[in-house]
Parts: sequence; C-alpha cells; structure tokens
Amino acid sequence: MIETRFHGRGGQGAVTSAELLALAAIQEGKFAQAFPSFGPERRGAPVLAFSRVAEEQIRLRSQIYDPDVVLVLDSSLLEIMDVTEGLKAGGTLVVNSKQPVKELASRFHFEGSLWAVDATHIARELLGRPITNTTMLGALLRATGIVDIDSVSEPLRHRFGLIAAKNEKALREAYDKVEKEEIKP
Amino acid sequence: MSKRIGMEVSIAVAEAVKLANADVIAAYPITPQTHIVEHLSELVADGDLDAEYVCVESEHSAMSAVVGASAAGARSYTATASQGLALMHEILFIASSMRLPIVMTVANRALSGPLSIWNDHSDVMASRDCGWIQYFVENGQEAFDHTLIAFRVAEDPEVSLPVIVNLDGFILSHMIEPHVLLDDEEVARYIPPFRPVNRLDPDNPVTMGDFAMPEFYTEVKKSQEMALRNSRATIDKGWQEFAELTGRKYQAVETYKTEGAEILMLSMGALGETASVAVDRMRDQGLPVGLVKLRLWRPFPSDDLLKALGGAKKIVVMDRAISFGAAANPVAAEVTSLLYDTEPRPCIFNSVVGLGGRDVRVEDFEAIVKKAMQGHSYPGPVGDYDLIGVRE
Repeated sequence: MIETRFHGRGGQGAVTSAELLALAAIQEGKFAQAFPSFGPERRGAPVLAFSRVAEEQIRLRSQIYDPDVVLVLDSSLLEIMDVTEGLKAGGTLVVNSKQPVKELASRFHFEGSLWAVDATHIARELLGRPITNTTMLGALLRATGIVDIDSVSEPLRHRFGLIAAKNEKALREAYDKVEKEEIKP
Repeated sequence: MSKRIGMEVSIAVAEAVKLANADVIAAYPITPQTHIVEHLSELVADGDLDAEYVCVESEHSAMSAVVGASAAGARSYTATASQGLALMHEILFIASSMRLPIVMTVANRALSGPLSIWNDHSDVMASRDCGWIQYFVENGQEAFDHTLIAFRVAEDPEVSLPVIVNLDGFILSHMIEPHVLLDDEEVARYIPPFRPVNRLDPDNPVTMGDFAMPEFYTEVKKSQEMALRNSRATIDKGWQEFAELTGRKYQAVETYKTEGAEILMLSMGALGETASVAVDRMRDQGLPVGLVKLRLWRPFPSDDLLKALGGAKKIVVMDRAISFGAAANPVAAEVTSLLYDTEPRPCIFNSVVGLGGRDVRVEDFEAIVKKAMQGHSYPGPVGDYDLIGVRE
C-alpha cells in the first residue's frame, strides 16, 4: 500500500490531485481511497488531502500519519511547516519549486528522494493560470509510478471535459521535466 | 456489472437512489450529507431521474414532505445529518407509526455544541427509539448496496416501515473509493414496484396518522413494536435476495477472526474496518482477539449477537456517542443488558471513541484491547467507561 499526503492551499486543487490519483488507480483495477482533511474550506489556507493505493482491499479508515510520498503544490508552504513530518525513511517528496532540485535539496534532512519541478511556470504557460494540481500529478507519477501515466487520461476527461487536453499536456510536461536528488539525513 | 468504479461514496448513494427510481426526494442540505442531495438534484434537473425534488426550507419540512409523499404512494427518499436529524425528530416518530416506508441516509455527524461538522453517532443515538429500521454500513460498497436493500425491505408489505441507513460522515461520505454498481434491470428485478398497503387516495378515502384515545394508543404501539420486531425475517430475505443477485452477502452481525478468541471487540460503522486491521496485527502477536460488527441496529439482532459473542471472556464495546449520565453508553447498554443472563457472564468494557471527528487509529484499538486484557473490573461502577484519547 502506498500512502500519499498532498499539501496545497485552498483553491489550488490538492483534493482534486488526490482524487485523480485514486480514480486512475481504481481504473487500473487496484484499490484506492482519496479523501480531504475534513474541515472548513478556505481559499488560500493550507489544506491537506490524502490517498491510499493498494493491490488488495483497503480497510484502514484512519488518517495518514506516516506517508510514503508527500506532494507539495505550493512552495510557500515550505516556509511555514515541515512537509516531511512523518515521511517514511526512503520516502519520496515531490515539490513545486522554481529552485533547481540540487539547491532545494540543501534545506531538507530526511532520508529519501526529492523531486522538483517548476509546475507554476508550466501551468501558467499551458493552462493560463497558476493552478498546479494536474501538473504536479505528472511529477508525482514520474517520481513514484503509483499508476501508469496513461491511466490518468480518462479521469482527467471525466473531471475537466473540454479543458482536459491542456491539463494532460501540462501533466505530461511536468512528468518529463521533474528532476530528482537523493537526500541523506 | 462487476467492474469496480471509483467515485465518492455520497455519489454512489445518490446513484443507488436513482437506480431505485425514487418518486419524491425532499431534502435540506447539511454537511456532510450535502453531496448526496446535490447529486440527486442534478440527476432530477438533468432529466436522468424522473422524480419530484422538493427544495424545502428545513429538515422538519423535508421529513414532513416525504411523510406526505409516502402516504400518497410515492417512493420517497431523504438524507440528513446531525442538527438536521434533530430537527426532524418529531416527524420521525410519525413516519414510523404511520408505517411509511421512507428511506433516509444519515451521514452521521456530531451534535452541537460546540458546533462540529465531523463524525460521531450522537445524532442517530438521540433518535434511537424512533421506530425505524436502522442499518450501519462500514464502506462505500455497503452504503450503495444498503440504499437499495433499504427500499426492498421498507416497502415489503410484511414490513411497511421507514429505514435509516447510517454512514459515517466524512469518513465514508467524502471518501473516493471503488464501488461495483448495478444496472437498472438488475435493480428492477430486486426492488418490485411500490404497492402501499394503505395510501391516501381521494377515490378511496382513509384516515392516516389519526388521534387515539387511551383506549387505543397502547394497542397501536404494540402493533408498531410487533411490526418492527417481525421485520427481521424480511430484512434477512432482503440480504439473501441481494446475495443471489450480486454475490455480496450481508448479515445482521458479522464476525472477524472470532474463532478461539477470548476477547472480542464490538463495533458499528466504519470503525469496523480499521478495527479488523488491529485484529490482524494482534493475532500476529499471538493475542486471542476477534471482532464482532453490528450491521443491524434496529431491530436489535439479539440472537445473532448472543451467538457471535458466546464463549468470549471479555468484550470491549465501542461507542461513538455518550449517553450523558446513563448507566452505560448506547451500544454498551444494549449489549450488557443482552448478556446479563448468560453463564458465565463475560466482562464487559466500554470505550467511547471518535467523538466529533477525533481520528481512531489501529493503535487505539490495540491499546484498548491490551488494557482490557489486564482488567477484571466487572461489574464496575455505574457509568464506568474509557473516553479514548481525552486530554485531561
């Protein structure tokens, strides 16, 4: 079972990222859950979303405290919280950041791999607005391989209709461009 | 249809109401029930469901509207939570005493105050004695399935009673997970057309929900009580027919690894899934632990539960609500009273967990069981229970 925690700000679509991942996994015949951190929704405030993906039926109904993967949609969150809290040893952190991954790496002390991509830039160019949920999902899929990138097409179409194509383009762009750096404590 | 489809549990419940071809839906939106009725209103507005969707101004009106609709012979549905259920309270009793087969989803949520939008069972426990059949489901598939099963059972002429399907708010209502759906033809085979025993009809006038003098009230209550108790045969039939249709088998009481168990946990709703993971872990450690899950809350499945609990030396009952000032909390009170005459009488421990959205983890169940394994306090002082995770 792979547990992922999504960090974003209200309105950036962290919940949608988690949902698309779960829907793609279920489409592949896997079992999956996606859920928000249940609470009042406020635009701009830090929000969390979660997903679990497994080969067998998932019986856990508690929240996720020790994720295998953490995805950060907004790099300003790095200044106000420890996004690696609970991240398992050998885990994966995927961050939307303007900074090159090697530079970004110096601020982290967990054991695992860091992946970074300037998703805001990609989203502005391809979607015309800085909403990075679908773009960062591409980075997440490259970093983790939780589902095949092609499995996301159908959930994207269902969710975004006419604008699915450009969201998929942004997702694939981040998939190609995301870079990795190993982090040692 | 056997392919698993990913969707939010609330949407799956709404799709079940559509498949059941409800005639009248009256609801007032309240977190965490909102997505269910939002989706239903879309289905009606888009012409995908040929039903009357009544936008009422309160839950009291929602329940009143479905009472009227059901009395007129319409297949009627509503959904609510928390304060919404509390506001319906007086009409709940009218629906059951008028023997109206309304189906209602309660996305269980804590009662105010302080205001909490999060899950616990205090809403439905405050309406415990409303005379409705009450199921608790533990995952999205069960929520979808029991929405259909509820219509099948409620409208059976042998039953003719309203049904509540309880699903844990947020924990289930807002979860995206896989569901196996049914198609219209399968559902049509499972749920026959609604043929009310009595209905309001200008051509054949009857009086329903009448006034009763002391000479009659007791008899009416006895007949209502017998109807609820006797509904059990049809409830079982509803599950059996559903298993024949889908292969998915349900029972009033489910057991998990109870064989050889000396200590049993007992839970209702979504807690059961996480608790089963805790049982796996403790069994791996060699602890003789099992789990009993109550799917049917009313009519209370006494015989099934006695059988499931038989032989255990210790039983830990999980409650997700406090019965303030009571001898025991709602589920524990029921179980304690049921086991009073058993020989030898097991030790019963009561843990209140997950109030107002407090997360309940595998580790919590392990700690609860391990504490009970060391305890021998039965019969303890009145009102003796553990409020898990409380900061003092």
